[in-house]
Amino acid sequence: MNVERIVFIVIGNLFVSNFVLARFLGLCPFVGCSKRTSDAFGMGVAVTFVMAMASLLTHTIDTYILKPQAPLLVWLGGADGQLAKDGLQAVLRTLVYILTIAAFVQLVEMFLKKNVPALYRALGIYLPLITTNCTVLGVALLNTPDDPRQALTLPEAVIQGAFAGLGFTMAMLLMSGIRERIELLDLPAPMRGMPIAFVCTGLMALAFLGFTGMA
Amino acid sequence: MQRAVDIRELTKGFFKENPLFVIVLGVCPSLATSGSLDTALAMGIAATFVCVGSNVFISLIRKIVPGGVRIACYIVIISTFVTITDLVLKAKFKIISDTIGIFIPLIVVNCIMLGRAEAYACKNTVANSLLDGIGMGLGYTMALLLMGTIRELSGRGSLFGNKLLPGYNPMGVMVSPPGAFLLLGLLLGIFKWLQLRKAAAK
Repeated sequence: MNVERIVFIVIGNLFVSNFVLARFLGLCPFVGCSKRTSDAFGMGVAVTFVMAMASLLTHTIDTYILKPQAPLLVWLGGADGQLAKDGLQAVLRTLVYILTIAAFVQLVEMFLKKNVPALYRALGIYLPLITTNCTVLGVALLNTPDDPRQALTLPEAVIQGAFAGLGFTMAMLLMSGIRERIELLDLPAPMRGMPIAFVCTGLMALAFLGFTGMA
Repeated sequence: MQRAVDIRELTKGFFKENPLFVIVLGVCPSLATSGSLDTALAMGIAATFVCVGSNVFISLIRKIVPGGVRIACYIVIISTFVTITDLVLKAKFKIISDTIGIFIPLIVVNCIMLGRAEAYACKNTVANSLLDGIGMGLGYTMALLLMGTIRELSGRGSLFGNKLLPGYNPMGVMVSPPGAFLLLGLLLGIFKWLQLRKAAAK
């Protein structure tokens, strides 16, 4: 495992290309769920967990089933067959990933409900929302790029998932802290709520732009 | 009583129920692709195609699909249309497809598509769902074009890559992420102000 690459992935996903503030991913929960710090934290933890696990699952599926020369395709059509040569990535990747994520989130929800009711009460309401959160599908797609030269190994993909989730959590917590104070301000009526939230996000993104030089 | 074909289903997406500025759906791709006008237009067309296609299909099967698995069915239908769009863009418009990157496959989780499916197409006739899809798609495209025009003109002094303002010193921040957030915040504020004024006039 290449330590330099790991450090690059960690710093990159936390600060330089933060999923919310630099890559524009996961904005719906970011503005929808950041009114209170406790909500923001719950959502962040749930998203981080699902992103790391989804990275693990989708990368594995990609390696063994979808990629050109994947073991399953070679077994089905031979190493020289058309199927193994083209792979199923281009045609089935989006569909397979979203179904995997949806099924995984559903399983986690059922497991928590039955076995860890305390955690389910704390995080349960956020789980169904995560299926349609674009950070999760986004990290799965970023982990398995079309260009084989940019490909990530499985541990790298899981680390990218986990730290992208932590970057999301950090942005959520910062935002919720700001919004709890904005609530007390006397703003012009049209700017209340979403509009001022986006303007604040813009200022946060401006601060995060300062990290760009580090890449 | 609702008519079988109602033209208002088409026009409501333009202003009154504009998906981006009024309902605030589909925010992520709108910010990511509005840095220049050509990516904004490509994203708008792609989203319109997916929205129309999935709306019609979901409306066609609305009486067959059992309630418990309807969301899963919607996702499969939407991702089929997204894959078609993705492959066409990759084959015909390689440069644009590379610039937009993962935001084309991410149309699958765009709240506009699933939102229209759940709120409209699963309860209405095929013709009305078609109009609703076209209207929502065009409304979204217009919103993207508005943002793209402002951002490219102020951030690069150009439109569709053609330099228009000689001697203009571009505000680079407008084409970078902070400018996108600021502009969306201000535009949402303006739309809210227009709505409030209209409500006060009544």
